[in-house]
Amino acid sequence: MSENIEVNFRLNGENVTIRTKANRRLLDVLRDDFHLTGTKEGCSIGECGACTVIVDRKAVTSCLMLIGSCEGRDVITIEGVSSPDRLNPVQRAILEHQAIQCGFCTPGFVMSATALLMENPNPTYEEIKVALSGNLCRCTGYKQIIDAIYDAAQQANRADPAEWDRNIIPDSGGRPLPWQPLNKPEVCELSGGNENEEQS
Amino acid sequence: MYDIKTTYNAKSVREALRLLSENEGAVIVCGGTDVMIRIRELKLRRATLISILDIPELCEIHLDTNEDLLIGPGCCFAAICGNDLIRAHVPMLADACNQVGSPQIRNIATIGGNICNGAVSADSVPALMVLDAMLELTGADGSRVVPIREFHTGPGKTVLKADSEILTCIRIPRAKYTDHGGCYLKFGMRNAMEIATLGCAVNAALTRDGTIRDFAIAFGVAAPTPLRCPEAEALMVGKKATPALIRELRKAVLLETRPRDSWRASKELRLQLIQELSERATVQAIENCGGEIHV
Repeated sequence: MSENIEVNFRLNGENVTIRTKANRRLLDVLRDDFHLTGTKEGCSIGECGACTVIVDRKAVTSCLMLIGSCEGRDVITIEGVSSPDRLNPVQRAILEHQAIQCGFCTPGFVMSATALLMENPNPTYEEIKVALSGNLCRCTGYKQIIDAIYDAAQQANRADPAEWDRNIIPDSGGRPLPWQPLNKPEVCELSGGNENEEQS
Repeated sequence: MYDIKTTYNAKSVREALRLLSENEGAVIVCGGTDVMIRIRELKLRRATLISILDIPELCEIHLDTNEDLLIGPGCCFAAICGNDLIRAHVPMLADACNQVGSPQIRNIATIGGNICNGAVSADSVPALMVLDAMLELTGADGSRVVPIREFHTGPGKTVLKADSEILTCIRIPRAKYTDHGGCYLKFGMRNAMEIATLGCAVNAALTRDGTIRDFAIAFGVAAPTPLRCPEAEALMVGKKATPALIRELRKAVLLETRPRDSWRASKELRLQLIQELSERATVQAIENCGGEIHV
């Protein structure tokens, strides 16, 4: 039997105390005790990034973190950066770029991206790629996701700083929403793309 | 559920050593990225874990009075990559640390754990080997200093007495980083989240006329432990860096390495990689210390 331990930490801005068995991971406590089920369990060995949360302003995989190691730390989960009626700009951009298929990996991507934007509000495309390199998506490609985060950063830098500090932008910034038609046809950059255009 | 008996948070090295002596079979854990996987795979049962993640003295990077670079083993890889002293004096080590796992892993996994687990594929170890790093192992009766070249004894085996000692400092002597150029190259099947198929580190220094004054080469995954190649090094010192010398080096490193077949890569591929990476890392290291070589 595992012994009980008491752990105090900050969870999404609130101080919490939990008495639990020492053999549990941060991921178990978040999902089973706090019912914060936005954080997903994928591989359980730190390979896939689905369980990414922000601990002391750094993205970490909560499946590799023992609850005992969380004493005194500041933990932010996907629930801490958004609410159902107010999306985080990264989430909004992911929706608008249709960078989701099944959505299981998405909270992890959002947390990795949020940690990046906390540290570096104006990342380059390459820096975003590196920041997301610990997250796997098995449905779709990564291009839409990287585009979305790049877009979110660009938009956030232009938005009102008072709003931006809270990581919330109230509207879509005038961009078309997924169900609205795009103004211009997408340009296909693959070889043969131009040929097809001429035929049509 | 994970088979863990209990966990302790040590606040100082002394407390960690006391807990280690009081709990038989206790395991030191810092970032925990390797230990958690061992527990999950049931390679470690009824574990008593002593966390040293919150010991501030293990998380410092500074220069001492001799200008030796001292690295606390509790520094996570991200902290090492971002540290100004490391980037200024041993950029190769920052490079090597930047290639470990994923950003999430680098934010929590520590360089000390990378060394003490004794993994043959540890990315930071070849880099530390060519820098002649000295490891300070502290026990209840004081500390001893072991060169990292003598630290690894087999796959996952080291000279660290796991039941009574803790790695407390990594020292990089000044003579090994001033006017030196280094390079660490890792070969893997993909860029992120990859265990090295082969890793090669080179640290070199040139005299003013372009003769190689100091040369060190080390490999990961080329033998049962990370290793240096002293004979190949002796071959290089005192000569001008020429393509012919690099060709000799390619042959010489094969005599001292013993790669094996594994499901990750065949022995033949590794032999090829040993030659290829030693050439590329040497050329890059010589360029980094101001030399030039055309292969």
